[in-house]
Amino acid sequence: MMEWMVQHVVEKYNFWIAMLIIIVSLTATIVKKNFLKKLIGLSIFQTAFFLWVVSLGDVGRNILTSWGLKTQTPPILWTEAAEKGYIYANPLPHVLMLTGIVVSAATTAVALAIVIRIYQKYGTIEEDEIIEKELEFERRGVL
Amino acid sequence: MLLVEHFPVIIVGLSMFLAYTMLLAGYINRRLPFFMSLAMNCFFLFLSIFILDHVLTVGPIRYWQGGWRPPWGIEYVVDAMNAYLLIIVISIVILGLIYSKRNVEFEIEERKHVTFYTLIQLMAAGLYGITVTGDLFNMFIWLEIASLTAYALIAVAGGRALRPAYNYVIMGSIGACLYIFGVCWLYSVTGTLNMGDMRLLLPLVYDNKAVQMGFAMIVVGVMIKAYIFPLHLWQPDVYTYAPSTVSSLMASVHVKVMFYILIRLFYSVFTLDFIRHYIGLDLLICWLAAIAMLAGSIWAIKQRNLRRMLAYSSVSQMGYILLGVGLSPLSPWGLVGAAAHILNHAVSKGCLFMCAGAILQQEGLRDIRDFVGLGKKMPYVCAAFTIAALSMIGIPFTAGFTSKVFLILASLDAAQSPFVAVLLISGLLNLVYFWRVIDQMYFAGHGGTDNPAEAAPRVTSGAAKGGRPIPLSMTAPILVLASLCIILGVLWLTDIPLPLIDHILSNLRMEATI
Repeated sequence: MMEWMVQHVVEKYNFWIAMLIIIVSLTATIVKKNFLKKLIGLSIFQTAFFLWVVSLGDVGRNILTSWGLKTQTPPILWTEAAEKGYIYANPLPHVLMLTGIVVSAATTAVALAIVIRIYQKYGTIEEDEIIEKELEFERRGVL
Repeated sequence: MLLVEHFPVIIVGLSMFLAYTMLLAGYINRRLPFFMSLAMNCFFLFLSIFILDHVLTVGPIRYWQGGWRPPWGIEYVVDAMNAYLLIIVISIVILGLIYSKRNVEFEIEERKHVTFYTLIQLMAAGLYGITVTGDLFNMFIWLEIASLTAYALIAVAGGRALRPAYNYVIMGSIGACLYIFGVCWLYSVTGTLNMGDMRLLLPLVYDNKAVQMGFAMIVVGVMIKAYIFPLHLWQPDVYTYAPSTVSSLMASVHVKVMFYILIRLFYSVFTLDFIRHYIGLDLLICWLAAIAMLAGSIWAIKQRNLRRMLAYSSVSQMGYILLGVGLSPLSPWGLVGAAAHILNHAVSKGCLFMCAGAILQQEGLRDIRDFVGLGKKMPYVCAAFTIAALSMIGIPFTAGFTSKVFLILASLDAAQSPFVAVLLISGLLNLVYFWRVIDQMYFAGHGGTDNPAEAAPRVTSGAAKGGRPIPLSMTAPILVLASLCIILGVLWLTDIPLPLIDHILSNLRMEATI
């Protein structure tokens, strides 16, 4: 039991923490009725996901490659590095997540722009109140 | 023909470049972006025909970006399925652009026109990108480009479109995140992001829980984007309140491209063997599709708003494509049905949404109960609507009929007869809700007004008041799509599309047997 704990929880604590944050933030995104709180949940979700992926860059685990199962090394084609004993983290997850951060920023920007428009239109960002106001506007034929 | 191998990347790169050039050109002249976009997309259509020809005669195109070999660099792969979808997407975008010219002048403020066309072009670039790429991470980038522009395009309408647009941002972002999360699970096991490379490595680790988890996450993420039944809740509001052009483009091509990701995942990243024997998803998908087909139709019957009815109809029609995908491990006809319905539904539903926009523009009507006598006021649009509706129902010699025949053949071939019954019942339900509209257009109102409340003009809700006669540039795309419904219905029954079907099957299956 102790061995299992060490192998699966303690050694991989960053994955567990990332997963915990993902679950909490995803719950917030779905359950909260306030549009801004939803957006905060979404942002945390994306950030926690980046944490998860960047953790993959840790070298030394066994992975499968085109040449069979072997210990993961970074895809750096510089033989001198291995000779001199330099150890690099795998840069690919980091690079992917740089792109992911850009995408996340763009999503947040679009969502914030829409929230601002909603606030200007309805004077509130609570989903329930907006639905009530929509029905009221429709009755009066304003919208 | 070495040059043809560069065409996919020319289409994608040039349409991205074009989008930003259009934004600059818009400062010089507001009308310029539309014509630039139209001309360039016609050019892309020309290129994509060459691509299809090359794929059918020579073989799949593999383009290495920057000359980097596949496991390291980004690879663009175009086989028969891509080339076929690329032509559909580009032609519908062209028709949508022609339609949008006057429709946008009516629905959207003038200061937003330049950005509107820029966003349409960017969305098209994203869709082309998803279609031609052979790299899972690259696909995520194009997916986000297509989605982010779609969020903005929906919100352009303002008013009631804002809340649906926001819900779509949240749901769509969760979907895209789940997609890339799944891809990273697969990456953590295989160490590659290239589809072809990954499918060679994956069979060794099909038992691995991380691979199965990654697969599940990608499927759920893409299903949110393609509004498969239990995940469709963001969709009806979006399609009801978005600008007409955007609704028709989203319903006809945006969602098809999302479906294409699912097909590509099933066939080119995983194998049918994995789907059947390691996770047993094939029949589950079929039943999900059957529920979608019935539930979408039943909800559509309840609707009074024409566009909301069409939106729920789309939910049910996505069930048809999903049924084809789900049956494909058991019968090759399943994939044929799915591929045929991708085209047939794009044509029919694009036409129906364009008709809905035209009716809103000329008469200011959204509610089906107000459509009395519309057949005389707008003869061409109503005729096109009727033809497209008959195609959705599946009357013989229309496009929808052929895809239903393929799907029924697939169900019989796979010995899954319950789905034949589901297909027929769903067709009848389609008849119920489309006939209600056609009845109001052509036949209602002749029997006098026995109910005075019915005869009184209803207060039309919505900012659009109508009263703008629709010009030729809006009628023409509608009529083209309506005539395509009939032409395709006949064409699918002849042996002209056979080489295409053969190539789609062999391109996807050949890889499946590696």
